[in-house]
Amino acid sequence: MKVLIRRQLKEKMIDFEKVRLKVNDKDITIGCVLESNGSTSNLKTGAWRSKVPIVDLDRCIGCGTCWVVCPEGCIYKREDGKFESNLDYCKGCGICANECPVKCIEMVMEER
Amino acid sequence: MGKQIMEASHAISEAVKMVKPGVIAAYPITPQTHIVEKISEFVADGELDSQYIRAESEFGAISACLGASATGVRSYTATASQGLALMFEVLFIISGMRLPVCMTLANRSISAPISIWNDHQDSISIRDTGWIQLYAETAQECYDLTIMQFRISEHRRVLLPSMVCMDGFVLTHLYEPLDIHRQEEVDDFLPEYEPFHAILDPKQPLTQGPIGFPSHYMELRKSQIDATKGSLRIIESIFNEFSKKFPVEIKNSRPDDYRVIEEYKTDDADIIFVAMGSICGQIKVVIDKLRKNGEKAGLAKIVVYRPFPDDAIRKALYNADKVAVIERAISAGANAPIFDEIRSLFYDDSRRPNIRSFIAGIGGRDVTLKHIEKIYYMVKEDKGKKEEWMF
Repeated sequence: MKVLIRRQLKEKMIDFEKVRLKVNDKDITIGCVLESNGSTSNLKTGAWRSKVPIVDLDRCIGCGTCWVVCPEGCIYKREDGKFESNLDYCKGCGICANECPVKCIEMVMEER
Repeated sequence: MGKQIMEASHAISEAVKMVKPGVIAAYPITPQTHIVEKISEFVADGELDSQYIRAESEFGAISACLGASATGVRSYTATASQGLALMFEVLFIISGMRLPVCMTLANRSISAPISIWNDHQDSISIRDTGWIQLYAETAQECYDLTIMQFRISEHRRVLLPSMVCMDGFVLTHLYEPLDIHRQEEVDDFLPEYEPFHAILDPKQPLTQGPIGFPSHYMELRKSQIDATKGSLRIIESIFNEFSKKFPVEIKNSRPDDYRVIEEYKTDDADIIFVAMGSICGQIKVVIDKLRKNGEKAGLAKIVVYRPFPDDAIRKALYNADKVAVIERAISAGANAPIFDEIRSLFYDDSRRPNIRSFIAGIGGRDVTLKHIEKIYYMVKEDKGKKEEWMF
């Protein structure tokens, strides 16, 4: 089966020039295809936040629960084995604070 | 294989075998079952080298087709009625992503009450999803249109999904003489699939089906609608090419030349019927009978319903005094759909035929020759209401 699909594909790549189109002076592509990938990382969702997670690193046991439950995937492991949020992307949902077994994360109203 | 007596469902299966889709995903539903049953046999017997996915639902089936098409393979599915209703969301996504997925729809009424029998409510209800809709009258037309639909959908200036609609039971379970074309000729007409749309491939990462912000959504939709309207001329040229390449082998099994609107004795007709699907066979018989009595009747059969062939319909009905639109679908609380669209075509013309609406054959109710004849005389003698239900 894999052989068949490869045969039908003919190893042919898409030439983006062929799917480009101009409608109402705007550049679009047929079927709304984007040349770039992973461009969501350009969208800094941290700006959506109203509360910011503040981690008490002294009490953090480095269990990684917050890292597992974060829906944004923005929590990273520090060199000392403890965990912190990347505030560029943290939306402030508070799931990490709720799930933390030692309650070392506090959601604090953020003033901008 | 040449001439055969074959069930129309199996004619579709034969056509699918000859166009060789890479992926076939389907969920069985009456009256489409015979089509996918036969195809799965072809795959199991090794006659068709294709990936057959037994989906968990119609939503899964059409989604698998979407995914397969996005990776650059020919993909096919078949369904009916509630199955199509379950696919609804994905139908829009496929046409918006401009993926040439092909489908056979065995037209069946929509529940409630539950009915497994034929009318056109399922396909008419999804007319705005951006799919090309072709309607077949005979087994030969089912077979031919299925081969043509792949050419149409995959054309580089079309890139839209299409469905061939065939009447449930009346056509799906009907045995008719059929001419099966030679594989080499079909291969010649429909070469190996070469996608003209963007394809998912790890070697060239890209994003398909992203969010369309208000700044661009309208332009993207406009480009899709332009392609749908423009596809009409491409459909016409593919119909012409097919008719020349595959001449009629069995008399009356199909029109000599496929047209978006098939005209039957319309040239000098005073009263013209408009209909689509298998009901046209009965109408033709009635027209022949009426003609023997000196009545000038004709038929404009809609083969392509989406994109709506407005010029061809206007041309077909131009000389008629009266038009009777017979349809097997309704729009609750409004005029019947085809009737409305045809009537609005003539709004700007100074000369407008008298157009009337007849609802018939809903939920598999038999439409007999007597019904059609009665419609003719009701129109001729100006009897009855603007919209008549032919019970």
